[in-house]
Amino acid sequence: MRAMQIAAAAVLTVALSASLNAQASVAITGATIYPVSGPKISNATIVFTNGVITAVGSNVAIPADARRIDGTGKWITPGLIATATSLGVVEVGAVGDTRDGRARGKDNIAASFRVWEGFNPRSVSLPVARQDGGITTVGVMPSGGMVSGLGAAYDLMEGASAASMVRKAPVAMVATLDNAAAAGAGSRAEALARLRTLLSDAREFNLARLRYDAGNMRELSAGRADLDAMQLVLKRTIPLVISADRASEILNAITIGREFGVRVVINGGAEAWSVASELALAKVPVLTGAMNNIPESFGALGQRQENLALLRAAGVEVAIVGNGAGGEDGFNVRNLRYEAGNAVAFGMSWDDALRSITLAPAEILGLSDRVGSLAIGKVANVVVWSGDPFEYASQAEHVFVAGTDTKILTRQAQLTQRYRQLPVKY
Amino acid sequence: MRHFLVLLCVAGPALQAQTPAAPTTASKATAAPGTGAVALPNADPFPSTYRAAPARAVLITNATILTAAGPQIDRGFVVLRDGKIVSVGSGAPPAAGDAEVIDANGRYVTPGLIDTHSHLGVYAAPGGEALSDGNEATAPTTARVWAEHSVWPQDPQFPRVLAGGVTTIQVLPGSANLIGGRSVVLKVVPSVSVQGMKFPGAKYGLKMACGENPKRVYASRGPSTRMGNVAGYRAAWIGAEAYRRRWDKWLADRQGDPPQRDLELETMAEVLRSNILVHNHCYRADEMLQMVDIAKEFGYRIRSFHHGVEAYKLADVMARDSISGSLWSDWGGFKMEALDGIRANLALVHNAGARAIVHSDDPSGAQRLNQDAAKARAAGAVIGINVPDATLIQWVTLNAAWALDLHDRIGSLEAGKNADVVLWNTNPFSVYARADRVWIDGSLRYDRTDPKQLWRTDFELGFVPAPSTVSGGRR
Repeated sequence: MRAMQIAAAAVLTVALSASLNAQASVAITGATIYPVSGPKISNATIVFTNGVITAVGSNVAIPADARRIDGTGKWITPGLIATATSLGVVEVGAVGDTRDGRARGKDNIAASFRVWEGFNPRSVSLPVARQDGGITTVGVMPSGGMVSGLGAAYDLMEGASAASMVRKAPVAMVATLDNAAAAGAGSRAEALARLRTLLSDAREFNLARLRYDAGNMRELSAGRADLDAMQLVLKRTIPLVISADRASEILNAITIGREFGVRVVINGGAEAWSVASELALAKVPVLTGAMNNIPESFGALGQRQENLALLRAAGVEVAIVGNGAGGEDGFNVRNLRYEAGNAVAFGMSWDDALRSITLAPAEILGLSDRVGSLAIGKVANVVVWSGDPFEYASQAEHVFVAGTDTKILTRQAQLTQRYRQLPVKY
Repeated sequence: MRHFLVLLCVAGPALQAQTPAAPTTASKATAAPGTGAVALPNADPFPSTYRAAPARAVLITNATILTAAGPQIDRGFVVLRDGKIVSVGSGAPPAAGDAEVIDANGRYVTPGLIDTHSHLGVYAAPGGEALSDGNEATAPTTARVWAEHSVWPQDPQFPRVLAGGVTTIQVLPGSANLIGGRSVVLKVVPSVSVQGMKFPGAKYGLKMACGENPKRVYASRGPSTRMGNVAGYRAAWIGAEAYRRRWDKWLADRQGDPPQRDLELETMAEVLRSNILVHNHCYRADEMLQMVDIAKEFGYRIRSFHHGVEAYKLADVMARDSISGSLWSDWGGFKMEALDGIRANLALVHNAGARAIVHSDDPSGAQRLNQDAAKARAAGAVIGINVPDATLIQWVTLNAAWALDLHDRIGSLEAGKNADVVLWNTNPFSVYARADRVWIDGSLRYDRTDPKQLWRTDFELGFVPAPSTVSGGRR
């Protein structure tokens, strides 16, 4: 019971303050709306009040005091969700002082590391992801070691505190099976064995906490805080997100999930398409992208851009996580929508691609009761696009986060303004 | 040998070396076995053995054509014959004769794309130490090394880049060094040897690098600062200038033994004679403006700034001095000198009148140069810089060809140019675009509808599953 209480206490869901800068009511009319939770609606209106969606449809009442936006010719989608990023915990990759995404841990285990405690809400990359990318919710995940720690989800509110931006924390425990060296192991099988030992020890610890605290227990493979944090995984409160590329690594991850009854999510999954039926059977979701087809390691020889389409066709839940070039987990998280477009170019249906950057990640991270779709009662994370959101020519014209029309000029936009005419005037 | 002498004597003093001399690389480099070495420099010792594959003539009809040399042509035709583009136009196509006729049915035709910044072959997949051959990081200046000697023709990244519509790439050494060595221009074709990929007659490039990389790599032995970097370039050019004078004098009067050859200085002297083009990795505007002054001090030209995330801050100078910008659409932020990367960079450089080029520096990005161009254009549109498709195509073709001094042979669809051509399934600046067919010198090198004919490198056999035939799911 005690473990249950600890686990429950650790799951901190902050209800967004409805009055926080949200305009009372907004109505966007005459647009094509993609609710994701249902089919697209043409010539439709969406209304939200105090940050919560109150109506979506083709024939809805608009409050008299609502701010009206003409959505004619526009496409409206839920705010996009980037599932696994380093936003807010890595600012400039080459500058150590701005890197807060990984813990030192002990023996490559940092299960109790709460990455969100180092989250910087003032990161200049956050507004870029939102204004350029239409992204309103991000998963912030730790990295490094065998077990990297706990990730959190944030809504990209403007000028808010980290505490008010938290959508949910924790949302996942992050681990790796695709990098034996980082896991402190000499081989793939040893990495698997180390993870298995940790889960086994964590279970044993939980069954004998009194004995453990009395110092009457054999030495376990991790410290108390880490063993305690692993309970969230063992109790299925949060998924264990495992980096795995080679088909054998993915199958090992499925096996671990089955052995311990934990919820496994595959991250990376270069060769996931080749074990798609096993993944579908085990109900193991995959986080992967559509812009990498390079056999860039002996663990990723089968990497291909059709991965998402093949997984979806086999019935696997997928969320799109950029795997192309140029910092798609940080500075260029904004490119998520183009990754979805490339998924379509390589065989995925357009609707599935949109789902894979909205509702699917919301479900995987346990946020779908509030974000990821446009339905009554959901948080008003809403994007108005000038056209197909996957196309380069399209822009996010309005990005509402919890009902607030975000406006901030990104650092990049400020630089652009400054140098629009040369010579520059400082 | 007489011929060779004449060529070298054309080169004047460094400060007047702006007039390009005839390439010295044209001369024969090999002596008959047993007769001793050929002592003269720059004589193309690793000559191209590339030959265009024989091919049937092709007539593409009903195409939307972005020629990179004029306005968009709707419902146009292109004729490829004997490796060259014979005609491009609108209206009724010429008689097909023996040519294969392809009805494009509105699909798009463009020149083959050109990547001015590639490390294919020198940083080959599947990676690791064994295939890491891009940086000779043993001394701050290594002008003596040639990238081609690191290229692995079986790098599985080559066919993937070809499938992205890329027909010509410049492979460069990395950026660890102030002066990293010679680049090589390759056609993206299968070959046992790198010589079989080399673009015949293409000039070499010289890779130089500013900023954080050299001073970080050599922190313990120097340079460890930016001022140390600049001192390093200048010292190297002083040595090169002395070498050039020594050789030019000997070549003019042939008195006594020829000077001792020096691979390092030989390459740099060829830059001073305008026979090798400078490709300068540089991020920050202030550093680029210093490199402009160094080029003036030693009488060479910078052909292209590479990466140049702050190119938009000196776009006026780039336009004035005819320095092109080989740039990403939106990389930045990963280190201090990349902090000011903006998406409008390419559009602002273009708008200032300089040549904007989308480069990759990446085997993944190289497959989507067209998409990066589209992304960069969209950022320009936001601030009122509108670039039509017919112009945008130059960012990935003709402007890149200019940076390699190959614009008279590739980079646009004009009669007489090499038949490097891509047929796209839709507008290449759509996120949904894929290359359907790619020709190099009139020879079909990629056909998306025919996976059996797909080029698979030796490495891929057995290791990499054969490609899928999953079709696009565009609605």
